[in-house]
Amino acid sequence: MSAGLEGVRPPEEWIRAAVDTPRGYGAMKRKEDARFVRGRGNYVDDVVLPGMLHGAVLRSPLAHARIVAVDTSAAEAHPKVRAVITGEALAGLGLSWMPTLSQDTEAVLATDKVRFQGQEVAFVVADDHYAARDALDLIDVEYEPLDPVVDATRALDEDAPVVRDDQDGRTTNHIFDWSSGDRAATDAVFAQAQARDDERVVTADILYPRVHPAPLETCGAVADMDPVTGKLTLWTTTQAPHAHRTLYAMVAGLPEHKIRVVSPDIGGGFGNKVGIYPGYVCAIVGSILTGAPVKWVEDRSENLMSTSFARDYHMRGEAAVTADGRLRAVRVHVLADHGAFNATAQPTAFPAGFFGVFTGSYDLEAAHCAVTGVYTNKAPGGVAYACSFRITEAVYLVERLVDVVAHDLGMDPAELRMRNLLRSDQFPYRSPTGWEYDSGDYPHTLQVALDKAGYDDLRREQADLRRRREAGEDVPLRGIGLAFFTEAVGAGPRRSMDILGLGMADGAELRVHPTGKAVLRVSCQSQGQGHETTFAQLVAAELGISPDDVDVVHGDTDQTPFGLGTYGSRSTPVSGAATAIVARKVRERARIVAAAMMEANPEDLEWSDGSWQVKGVAGASRTIAEIALAAHSNLELPDGVEGHLDATCVYNPPNLTYPCGAYVCVVDVDPGTGAVTVRRFVAVDDCGVRINPMIVEGQIHGGLADGIGMALMEAIAFDLDGNCLGGSFMDYLVPTALECPSWELGETVTPSPHHPVGAKGVGESATVGSPPAVVNAVIDALAPHGVRHADMPLTPAAVWSAMQGRPLRTDLAIR
Amino acid sequence: MQVPATFGYELAPDLAGALALLARHGPDARPIAGGHSLLPMMKLRLAEPTVLVDINGLTELGGITVDGDAIRFGAMVRHAEVLDSAVVAEHLPILRDAERVIADPLVRNRGTVGGSLCQADPSEDLSAAFSALGATVVITSRDGERTVPVREFHRGPYETAVAHDELVTAVRVPIRPATGSAYEKVERRTGDWAVAAAGAVVSLDGHTVVRAGIGLAAVGAEHFVAAEAEEALRGAPATAESFAEAGRIAAEHCRPTADQRGPVDYKRHLVGVLVARTCHRAAARARGEV
Amino acid sequence: MEITVTVNGREVTRDVEPRLLLTHFLRDHLRLTGTHWGCDTTTCGACTVRLDGVPVKSCTVLAVMADGARVDTVEGLAAGMAETDLDPVQQGFVACHGLQCGFCTPGMLMTTRALLDRDPDPSPATIREAISGQICRCTGYENIVRAVRWAAEAEQQAATTTEVAR
Repeated sequence: MSAGLEGVRPPEEWIRAAVDTPRGYGAMKRKEDARFVRGRGNYVDDVVLPGMLHGAVLRSPLAHARIVAVDTSAAEAHPKVRAVITGEALAGLGLSWMPTLSQDTEAVLATDKVRFQGQEVAFVVADDHYAARDALDLIDVEYEPLDPVVDATRALDEDAPVVRDDQDGRTTNHIFDWSSGDRAATDAVFAQAQARDDERVVTADILYPRVHPAPLETCGAVADMDPVTGKLTLWTTTQAPHAHRTLYAMVAGLPEHKIRVVSPDIGGGFGNKVGIYPGYVCAIVGSILTGAPVKWVEDRSENLMSTSFARDYHMRGEAAVTADGRLRAVRVHVLADHGAFNATAQPTAFPAGFFGVFTGSYDLEAAHCAVTGVYTNKAPGGVAYACSFRITEAVYLVERLVDVVAHDLGMDPAELRMRNLLRSDQFPYRSPTGWEYDSGDYPHTLQVALDKAGYDDLRREQADLRRRREAGEDVPLRGIGLAFFTEAVGAGPRRSMDILGLGMADGAELRVHPTGKAVLRVSCQSQGQGHETTFAQLVAAELGISPDDVDVVHGDTDQTPFGLGTYGSRSTPVSGAATAIVARKVRERARIVAAAMMEANPEDLEWSDGSWQVKGVAGASRTIAEIALAAHSNLELPDGVEGHLDATCVYNPPNLTYPCGAYVCVVDVDPGTGAVTVRRFVAVDDCGVRINPMIVEGQIHGGLADGIGMALMEAIAFDLDGNCLGGSFMDYLVPTALECPSWELGETVTPSPHHPVGAKGVGESATVGSPPAVVNAVIDALAPHGVRHADMPLTPAAVWSAMQGRPLRTDLAIR
Repeated sequence: MQVPATFGYELAPDLAGALALLARHGPDARPIAGGHSLLPMMKLRLAEPTVLVDINGLTELGGITVDGDAIRFGAMVRHAEVLDSAVVAEHLPILRDAERVIADPLVRNRGTVGGSLCQADPSEDLSAAFSALGATVVITSRDGERTVPVREFHRGPYETAVAHDELVTAVRVPIRPATGSAYEKVERRTGDWAVAAAGAVVSLDGHTVVRAGIGLAAVGAEHFVAAEAEEALRGAPATAESFAEAGRIAAEHCRPTADQRGPVDYKRHLVGVLVARTCHRAAARARGEV
Repeated sequence: MEITVTVNGREVTRDVEPRLLLTHFLRDHLRLTGTHWGCDTTTCGACTVRLDGVPVKSCTVLAVMADGARVDTVEGLAAGMAETDLDPVQQGFVACHGLQCGFCTPGMLMTTRALLDRDPDPSPATIREAISGQICRCTGYENIVRAVRWAAEAEQQAATTTEVAR
């Protein structure tokens, strides 16, 4: 299934990187790997504190039921149990409900009723983990089952049960209606297209099923409330330690300076670790009640069934096109299943936020989308899994729709895209929905991908295979799929973006010790992205020192400046920019000190080759290390300069960065079984300047595997009773090495004009861009069978059913 | 992480000791071999044995040996040993095909032949393969050995002919002349249970099928067997048409249920395809072509 | 009950409950937290260690079943604390960016070390097969394959050098 030996050796520059450390940008070995390959990482479940107790959560087996009674007496009688906490107990503390990231409320422990299978009902604190799990079996909950809302398309029916009857006066499951774009202008284009003979309207119903980020490390926390000092230390799996600290202060009423959030090594996040989960709050309450530290780490089923899912968008896309393949307008309606509590993270003021980027990479006259959000009896969430706040859904919608257009017009999808892509002279480009794309050369990026894939040869091979198949030969169905995506990452400008009122500017602090070694403190939080290396390289490049001489501190709110964390591919666009700028501030301070050292005017100095030099005076130069020592010495400094080189900054991004990419996927489908094999995957990404290309490529590799997973196997469906059908790794399938091909990567570089080093975010690009490429390839393979669209995941059963003209509904149980 | 409820643990010193322990602890005791079916069930607390009798020390239950015109698999033979066995590769390619797609390499390092049969999961590949091969299961109690044809071994989902104080000690597979075999499984992903799977053992006399064994997994086939299809192939020419017809018959008689792996009509379709393919490959192997 | 296990070459004796999983024995009783866990269904392989040399998922082995056995974990791979003390597979993972969050890495290292012990020159397909019982959510596996090839080549080169020196 995997490709041959070709591509197996790492690029030469990586091999060199294994030996040399670059001065600034370039591939270099990651600084964090030394501990990871020895098993010396420190993840939340590795944290052990003296006297630590262990928590476990009792969860609802039912999707929708009234709680009649909770009897905890048997559990409390267990000799190793220290506390049993129920919703009623939390209500007494005013903590049974908590605010969500979308101005809704969410139950911490259920009091009135349970609203999804897996919802938190009670919390046990015991001496050890095994006893805590045992005690769950001793809690007796009496439920009165209610009809659940499972099918999102029926959630607004007159007779649908009301999920959120806790809210005064609520009689429906409707959460919001939101729209973007110019409806009148868009409808006018569609009316023309419908009326004219040389134009048409192409429509497709497209589901992006509920999926889950499923990081390999589940979520958890160790809460340690010091009963004497009143200081809470919370070791937890969070991608946003500072935001969490502030939210705990706001929710629990704890003084913020008495809260320290430590996010140690994180075993993957992908958006799963942005929110605050009931288990964290329970661990804190458990620590307060028992006076001892309490550890709670969820198991895999708890992770998949209760924590932040992603997508669940039921979309109808329409395109107004000319017969010769000119895209004029796109119109979308979305039904968004938000589950039982509206808990999506959303930095814009709009409930479907970044879905507004659905016009994608194309030059349209008009566009409009309308999104309706509904409650169902499913876990809350929606924004996670490297989604860039719903751009994943938007890109999938438009890239699938473009392929449907190509299918209906009988056009080659590459040619159709090339004809409609934005041109480089249109940048900066303001989209019909108001987004300002910073830079790109889309036709060039697409062409590089087509060339790398050998697109014309691929089409010839496909035609040959189809001929042989028609002649009766037993050959597979070959499919070639394209996707071109535009991402919008690096949230965001504080005038237009916030999370619960917290602006999205990031701080950075840089200290340079007397011997010229530096410590950078940042607010963003690595979950595997290699910040300790990339950010050290950023500083090193600005100061002319080795990345080995820069330590990066992150993940501890007592040690780092405020910032909103790592998600939405924002680390390099925001914290990376803050890092470059704080390093430049240090460099400017160094200029003054260097001038004093060399008895020159600061204005006469120039930064050259890693040191401050007096213009035109050979040999008159000072390195940062020399300057740092002088800055800490008794050297006489100009008035207003106290000494030292340390600096801080806060970076408020002027715009998002807009990376893009062109992907080509080649698949074979077994016509007898419907099984899909991914033969090749070519990914050409443009994320501006690459600080550490090795790490960038690693980020892309991971996202491509996500695309294979979502397109072919991942989904959380529900049966009509509301039972979660993706609640373990035996049911929620993520790809192994055997489903992934040997990735073929290429690049184009269009620097971001507003980022200090020209970099753009890349962490989510491949997760956003790859699912439509895989799906388009499979649908392309099935073209001889008349298939125009089928929903993910394209399991063998889904492929075969589509070939029979009976596509599966992948959000519900297969019947 | 999910953890099992409490239980007692006994390490069996030898076969006689294991049988004595099982008898002493009664029907709520369970033997544990690789534990890769039992322990996950215990973590979910779907199984809560009071005592586990560890039979991993029973060296007499090991080994893949040629025994006259049969191959004997000790019950404690790990899946990885089957996959690596030269004897299996030469005589029983169906087992090699099946083992390649059973769980994953790490699970195969631990899971055992006997454990797989005794778990009696309706999707278990090895049960289908042994049924196709017409294997015999050796069951030992304190009263001695008895043998049960594998086609009478499974009494239903998760139920077997093994009493609580008995152990499966070996599986015997006949070696037949002019015979080839093959196994194919459709899965949603490596390591997943089968959507559907079929195994075929075809014995030829010239171009005529003199005997066919067809095993099915995950599609509700009684005893993992497609008996009607086997019958239809007996005496039939070894042609694509015959094999396709066998597939059609097998598809008609199996009783799959719908789940997230697929709807019923798809699973039936797969049975047709997989039976035809495996019969075809088995016949080719019988002729020494592959 | 009391068990004695040789962990990374050191014999340890502990009193444990029969139900204690080998993963928890290593992590909680011996504080060898390099062995991780990521599921409950014997699927993800984050907990992989070597039991008498054979890679197994330690979440599905009882600690009592390891009584008298040799268990090797990631903590025992390197000969010492210097970078040059790292096992070639560890060096390969670093050199080829075969890890990101590091959570699956210990299990991957144990499996691929065992693979190279058995097959010093595995093809990419063989490597993919060997790690197919383990989940990595970060790397898309490509660089893990490269890392193992890197280690194989490094070991072959070292063997050749030793041969020539003789």
